[in-house]
Amino acid sequence: MKQTIRIAAGQGFWGDLPEAPVRQVEEGPIDYLMLDYLAEVTMSIMQKQKARDPKAGYARDFVPLMKQILPACVERDIRVTANAGGVNVGGCAAAVRDVARELGLSGRMKIGIVTGDDILDRVDDFLARGIELRNMDTGEPLVMVRDRIQSANAYLGAAPIVAALNEGARVVITGRATDTGLTLAPMIHEFGWALDDWDKLAAGTIAGHIIECGAQCSGGNCQFEWQNIPDLANVGFPIAEASADGTFIITKHDGTGGRVNVPSVKEQLVYEMGDPCEYITPDCVADFTTIQLADDGKDRVRVFSIKGRPATDSLKVSISYSAGYKAVGTLVYAWPNAYDKAKAADKILRARLERLGLRLDQMLTEFVGVNATHGPLAGEPSADLAEVQLRVGVRGSDRQAIEKFTKEIAPLILTGPPAVTGFAGGRPKVEEIVAYWPALIPKREITAQVKTIEV
Amino acid sequence: MLVKLTKLAHARSGDKGDTANVGLIALRHEYYPIIVREVTADRVKRHFKGICKGEVERFELPNLGALNFLLHESLGGGGTLSLMTDAQGKTFSTAMLRMEMEISDDEARSLGLI
Repeated sequence: MKQTIRIAAGQGFWGDLPEAPVRQVEEGPIDYLMLDYLAEVTMSIMQKQKARDPKAGYARDFVPLMKQILPACVERDIRVTANAGGVNVGGCAAAVRDVARELGLSGRMKIGIVTGDDILDRVDDFLARGIELRNMDTGEPLVMVRDRIQSANAYLGAAPIVAALNEGARVVITGRATDTGLTLAPMIHEFGWALDDWDKLAAGTIAGHIIECGAQCSGGNCQFEWQNIPDLANVGFPIAEASADGTFIITKHDGTGGRVNVPSVKEQLVYEMGDPCEYITPDCVADFTTIQLADDGKDRVRVFSIKGRPATDSLKVSISYSAGYKAVGTLVYAWPNAYDKAKAADKILRARLERLGLRLDQMLTEFVGVNATHGPLAGEPSADLAEVQLRVGVRGSDRQAIEKFTKEIAPLILTGPPAVTGFAGGRPKVEEIVAYWPALIPKREITAQVKTIEV
Repeated sequence: MLVKLTKLAHARSGDKGDTANVGLIALRHEYYPIIVREVTADRVKRHFKGICKGEVERFELPNLGALNFLLHESLGGGGTLSLMTDAQGKTFSTAMLRMEMEISDDEARSLGLI
């Protein structure tokens, strides 16, 4: 048994630095590469892609990435855990198998496939049996949006990924698995942790939480002494160096930019935190108030003393549903009196929309440069502002009303206050809103399936 | 003397639906008791007047020298429903750091703030 393993994060979200996972493989020693591709509403985009093309519905970027790094992974015994499978895990695995064959890796690696998260076809059955899938934030029952659901997935934890690793998978591809599970699973597999060793599971979960947003724990978006963080152009993505005893070190490859120190790790620990005593995953409940941090040399932070509690008997479900349309229009007003001009333009726009009688659920005006981020806390702006961007957003269920709004922005240039520009992007686009519906489901309803295929 | 929170803490914020979370981290160990005393849930609710329309919850993490705040009903519906530039509450962190608090000169001196 290995005493320590190095698990590298390669993506903080789908669309993060494309070269990051490649550099994690090439620029230093790692044992595992963890890739998180799924944001809350990504699944609905993938469902739509699959509806158009039965072979689609997964993170396509994953396949060329595998083509690039698989030879090195096989050569140097690096394994990959990724929730790249979206709503077509089998299709994703088949595409990876094809590139592995092209690379001459037949007979040299297996691909693990984890499914069972997709419950879109079972929603009516759940509702009929009194499983209401109420919205965790609002308490509303799912029937309110039943006819508009686009995707529904339960979050799977580490256990099925461990099973695939135990069967010898070089690459494990999942659908909706938690990002923390992608990091925890290699630890359970390598160290033989029991699935009720709550302290260790909590430690691996917290390691996952720290590295799941990529460079956000290694110098990116870091407020602490941000001016002095070296070479972000060359930022190193994080690595969790985990030990069998449940302690771990957060670090990054030598020679990369950014910084790992106690403040950078603290900032990531509190990111998107709820009740710190109750960080709930499918695997355990982790207690963030037990975490201890210590500097362990340059770009190394030791994390230890973590306590956990038994997992709950529910899984979180992520449901996406169609929730109308929105559009955002912007114009830029220049000195002098830029803010006054932007306010005057907003007034004119609102009067015109009123006259058109558009049915809108919501309309929001922001003045970028004045109040778009800090609202009234920003105080009154200087009269001498160089420019202000007027930003108007509208939302509603009537697509035509939103379309009409988009035609009212450009005319302000010739029919409103002067010294206006910033319309190079053309008419605002109408966007369909896919909203997120978080719910809970009893664990007994969900069975993960694991299989491995030979390349 | 009046001390701006940015002298005492750094922060990171994010979202969960229509709720913004702000994690506030003491810049030095000895500042933590000050932020625990001064940055109460009520104070934060008043600070975010006109922005946070719901409750403010506060949690303490003495092990990290940090406080976590949940600002409910703050993100214009949250997620993809929100029309806000900052629909994910990413800049609530520095909005929090605008807070000012009255600290006695003696205490400020003992903390090395003057």
